[in-house]
Amino acid sequence: MSGMRYEAPGSVDEAVTLLADEKGVARVLAGGTDLLVQMRAGMISPDLVVDIKKIAETKGITANGGGFSIGASVSGAEMGEHAELTAAWPGVVEGAELIGSTQVQGRATMAGNLCNASPAADSVPALIAAGATCTVAGPNGQREVPVEDIPTGPGKTSLGNGEFVVDIKLPARPAHAGDAYLRMIPRTEMDIAIVGAGVNLVLDDSGTCTEACVVLGAVGPTTITVADAAAALVGSKVDEAALAAVSAAASAAASPINDKRGTVEYRTKVAGVLASRAAAIAADRARSK
Amino acid sequence: MAKQHITTTINGEEAEYLCEAQETLLDVLRDQVGLTGTKEGCSSGDCGACSVMLDGRLVCSCLVLGVEAEGKTVETIEGMADGEELHPLQQKFLEEAALQCGFCTPGVLVAAKALLDVNDDPTETEVRYWLAGNLCRCTGYDKIIRAVMDTAADLRGASA
Ligand SMILES: Cc1cc2nc3c(=O)[nH]c(=O)nc-3n(C[C@H](O)[C@H](O)[C@H](O)COP(=O)(O)OP(=O)(O)OC[C@H]3O[C@@H](n4cnc5c(N)ncnc54)[C@H](O)[C@@H]3O)c2cc1C
Ligand code: FES
Ligand code: FES
Repeated sequence: MSGMRYEAPGSVDEAVTLLADEKGVARVLAGGTDLLVQMRAGMISPDLVVDIKKIAETKGITANGGGFSIGASVSGAEMGEHAELTAAWPGVVEGAELIGSTQVQGRATMAGNLCNASPAADSVPALIAAGATCTVAGPNGQREVPVEDIPTGPGKTSLGNGEFVVDIKLPARPAHAGDAYLRMIPRTEMDIAIVGAGVNLVLDDSGTCTEACVVLGAVGPTTITVADAAAALVGSKVDEAALAAVSAAASAAASPINDKRGTVEYRTKVAGVLASRAAAIAADRARSK
Repeated sequence: MAKQHITTTINGEEAEYLCEAQETLLDVLRDQVGLTGTKEGCSSGDCGACSVMLDGRLVCSCLVLGVEAEGKTVETIEGMADGEELHPLQQKFLEEAALQCGFCTPGVLVAAKALLDVNDDPTETEVRYWLAGNLCRCTGYDKIIRAVMDTAADLRGASA
């Protein structure tokens, strides 16, 4: 690891040039709560670390046209302190706030959670359910990419050489919209999800569901969007029968691994339980708006 | 690679140090600045023994690069007492024996102060969740939680 360089550019273009021109291993640094652990463990030895936290476009949470843009340097703690964001997207915020301890919250970002590409990343299912996109800057300019297209497998992303995520965008909310994220961990705090479930839905004035998205984390190499669970919600009043169908669809879609933290049978069952509970919470939130 | 020259503010005073890009703030504080109150337990963000405040946010200094502190403010356990006058949390931890070996204590105190600075009336559940990233191998946590709750009650009483 000796000889590592550290740069903290002030603009997106400078960051792209630094990343693209590096002949050795270059890594973006946001909160460092994955990167520094991986460096310490010898999993990676970057030649160049580019700290993006001094770039204006990566800072702060901005409301625009009913939606939000969350900079890639924004920590979980900052998200939790943002009243409008928390009111509009409680599920996205609770996913981000579940990451680590108070100390980790002070640094960890959603963009880092996304780009670290762990199948168990807690902020990702709710982001995908929300229909979030991200701005990717690179040598060929900027592009808007659906969040689900970034992780391609454990530790792998679709980001090309010189590319990084500048911000994450959440769309505007119609009336009666709600979202929720739940995870199962073997401890009560400070652990990695063995199942995560994010649900986002919209109801009409009569309480019938018109749009839904159900996304599972930690039960496959990447997140799993469960179309059958969404189909069970749309057209329903999110009643017991619909929730039972969500549960069955989520369990059917889960393809988890067996490890010391949870068996395949357990994770499959819990995927259904969490998806239906998250759908019930999202519906309650939607009804109250 | 030449060492980088960093200027920062530690416990209210300007400080300078030279560090390699990959060195953590924890290593710099302990080995260059000589502030060994901040402890290294795990170096992976799990134990909280290395807790410090960085620009007013509670962080694990083992997960911050020393170079990142340029132009920022760092507060460590050494800055908690006011001269010889212990911070109320420190005083309470002594009175109620909320420590045994003391290894986790600097991190616990820095984290608990960060909580009381924003919330002087936390519930026990709030204190337990706030301190979930501070591991203690000795006390079983009850005495720590009680000392934090009692300090908060004292502080509320004093300001009432
Ligand atoms: C004690 C502890 C507990 C944790 N608990 C949880 C948990 O409960 N749930 C969970 O999901 N995670 C957990 N994590 C993992 C980690 O905190 C999260 O994944 C976090 O969101 C990472 O964000 P970061 O800003 O710290 O990323 P960094 O460490 O800065 O970066 C992570 C990776 O993404 C890349 N990257 C970062 N930002 C960008 C960007 N804008 N564009 C392109 N690439 C980028 C980096 O190069 C690196 O490879 C925990 C970590 C610790 C240390
Ligand atoms: S030493 Fe930093 S969290 Fe353990
Ligand atoms: S008192 Fe020994 S680790 Fe907490």
